[in-house]
Amino acid sequence: MNTAVCPACVAIPNEKIEQIRTDIGALEISVPTIHCAACIQKIERGLNALDCVFKARVNLSLKRVSIRHNDNPNCEDIIMDTLANLGFEAHLLDDHKLNQNGDDIGRGLLMRLGIAGFAAMNVMLLSVSVWAGADGLTRDFLHWVSAAIALPTVAYTAQPFFKNAYSALRVKRLNMDVPISLAILMAAGLSIYETFHSGAHAYFDAALSLTFFLLAGRYLDHQTRARAQSAATALSALEVARAQRIKDGQITTVNVSDLAINDRVLVRKGARIPVDAVIVKGQSDLDVSLISGETMLATVGVDDQVYAGTLNVGAPLEILVTQTGSGTKLAEIMDLVQQGENLKTKYTRLADRAAGIYAPLVHLLALAAFVFWQFYSGDTRLAVGIATAVLIITCPCALGLAVPAVMTAASGRLFRSGVLIKDGAALERLAGVDTVVFDKTGTLTTGEFSVISAPKGEDLQIAVSLAAQSDHPIAQAITKYCPNQTMLSLDHIKDIAGKGVSGMYRGQVVKLGHADWVGADTVPDHVQTWLRIGQNPPVPFLFDDMLKDSAKSAVTALQKSGMRVVLLSGDTQSATDRLAQKLGIDDARGGVHPREKLETIQSLGEHVLMVGDGLNDTAALAGAHVSMAPARAIDAARTASDFVLIKDDLTLIPNCIALAQSAKRRMLENFAIAAAYNAVAIPIALIGLATPLLAALAMSASSICVSLNALRLTKG
Amino acid sequence: MSVLIYLIPISLFLGGIGLLAFFWAIKTKQFDDPDGNAARILFDDDAPDNEAG
Repeated sequence: MNTAVCPACVAIPNEKIEQIRTDIGALEISVPTIHCAACIQKIERGLNALDCVFKARVNLSLKRVSIRHNDNPNCEDIIMDTLANLGFEAHLLDDHKLNQNGDDIGRGLLMRLGIAGFAAMNVMLLSVSVWAGADGLTRDFLHWVSAAIALPTVAYTAQPFFKNAYSALRVKRLNMDVPISLAILMAAGLSIYETFHSGAHAYFDAALSLTFFLLAGRYLDHQTRARAQSAATALSALEVARAQRIKDGQITTVNVSDLAINDRVLVRKGARIPVDAVIVKGQSDLDVSLISGETMLATVGVDDQVYAGTLNVGAPLEILVTQTGSGTKLAEIMDLVQQGENLKTKYTRLADRAAGIYAPLVHLLALAAFVFWQFYSGDTRLAVGIATAVLIITCPCALGLAVPAVMTAASGRLFRSGVLIKDGAALERLAGVDTVVFDKTGTLTTGEFSVISAPKGEDLQIAVSLAAQSDHPIAQAITKYCPNQTMLSLDHIKDIAGKGVSGMYRGQVVKLGHADWVGADTVPDHVQTWLRIGQNPPVPFLFDDMLKDSAKSAVTALQKSGMRVVLLSGDTQSATDRLAQKLGIDDARGGVHPREKLETIQSLGEHVLMVGDGLNDTAALAGAHVSMAPARAIDAARTASDFVLIKDDLTLIPNCIALAQSAKRRMLENFAIAAAYNAVAIPIALIGLATPLLAALAMSASSICVSLNALRLTKG
Repeated sequence: MSVLIYLIPISLFLGGIGLLAFFWAIKTKQFDDPDGNAARILFDDDAPDNEAG
């Protein structure tokens, strides 16, 4: 008789429960700032304590949290709130966009690598006895055991190479996998033939260690790519775009893609406008810096047209959707992005370029060796043996292992320092950069305002007291400007959306806000707000965009290393010049439209690095030789960029370039090592002196050399 | 040399056990988060729900 409290729990085996739970709800959340054991514990404890969460587990390598939760519809929000309260920036990942099978490929490669390693070591052990002088029956026996281990192993583990080689040959092309497959197959085939005929030389160990080393390279390559891909999907899925639709007086959260023309949408304060629309209710200020690059806030009211991507900083707005899909301003920019991508010069990766020279050369050499020895000695068995030895010895371990090893080391270091890289080729392109183009607003500046001119004395005191009543970004800039100000007591304080704050002070009306509201004339070309006390003439506060702490040192470091630095902004020429002067940049161009940005990038040469964050930069980012976006960039900009700076530190840019250059140097060194090794080994193989022992030694030595050289990148 | 008849299978068998252990580790996804696993050994509490999975 079962006495469990909950009989159902007993009836269902554990895995079944897990299964059911999976069916209820699973979430993947990207948390880019996880970096240590304490973070893991904090997040897992915090989330596992929630009622609606069955299990939360952090993956530190991918900086992600996997969560299984119950059917509570608010669970998603509760989880995101919890993460925010714990102090982690979290982004919900759209699980449709995540490739769930990516890991299976990695696991399959790892499995093959393990088997190849196991077999290679055992066969190597047996081969040592042969090299040590075993002969006659003992040697044959050892060869047979080797064959029994090697043949099934090669048949299974070398499949990735065979498949790639086959698909290349089918379209009549040569890739790196063709000589690899040929070498492995020839080595195995020749060895089995020799074993049948009690020959002295069998290359089973060579066939296996070749497979093992190359699989190691392939696995590293896959890991780098999987990480990059995971970063890329994390980026494209970063903001699952949601909007709040008002229907029959009810507010529901829906996907932006589900919005239709004439839907009414509520845009809360601090939220981005999700679609192109017209305002039907409310009055507010919009931060358009990510769209046009301008720092000036746009004041909008009923019947004004607003565009997707602008940030609502003033007051809640109700808008009516006017355009969706391809008609929006965003789609227009996306067309431009497409153009940029098409304009981009094609870049062939170093390894591919090397392989293009290498593969035909190796085949010709092996063929020449076979033809020569066939005619010279008339012994086909000898000729095939020598041709095989040439193929084995020249096999591209340096290309197959060394380049992935360098890439893994470099991208791992970038990842740890807070830079996501989306594509391995981008690192090679970054190494050749000679011009760096910066966007201004949001890239070199924080996008927050700082006071550059303000009244003093009592006026300031009144302004601060008024500003403290509002959370408008300009009001906050004023309170930040004099943090230790004693507050005056004001009566009848009113925060009027889209206009400003007003109050009563000593019987006088005091107002802080828009120029036209207080009755002043605007100062051109400055972000501003006005204070008016009673009927006194109004006094202005002028603001400028705050420079990022790291901007100056980053620009200086780039200029020191011989880069040409250019400032390209959608903001006015005078605002751009002001900033350029502060940073010591000679070449500053203001008032540039998105299309002009792209054209300028193209005209600045072939090796331009573009750094930008706004929608207006997106086309330029896509069209540049290589591009970077800060983490707070708009998602279209992040998607178009090759690198994303997760940490808000611009000095990462010169560091990245330096790392890219040393990575490229390592790759070239590795090619040189490989070439030197081949220069010695090929003649030996060609004159028929290569024994299996020599082949094994040479191959392992060169592989280890190039790997160690690659590992030097992880230091310092 | 007849001792090889026994020793080679024995060594292969022992190596095979290691290989099987490796398969098991892959199957249970223990290689999916190398950085995380390196950090997790520092946890003080060995909560049972922290096992790989």
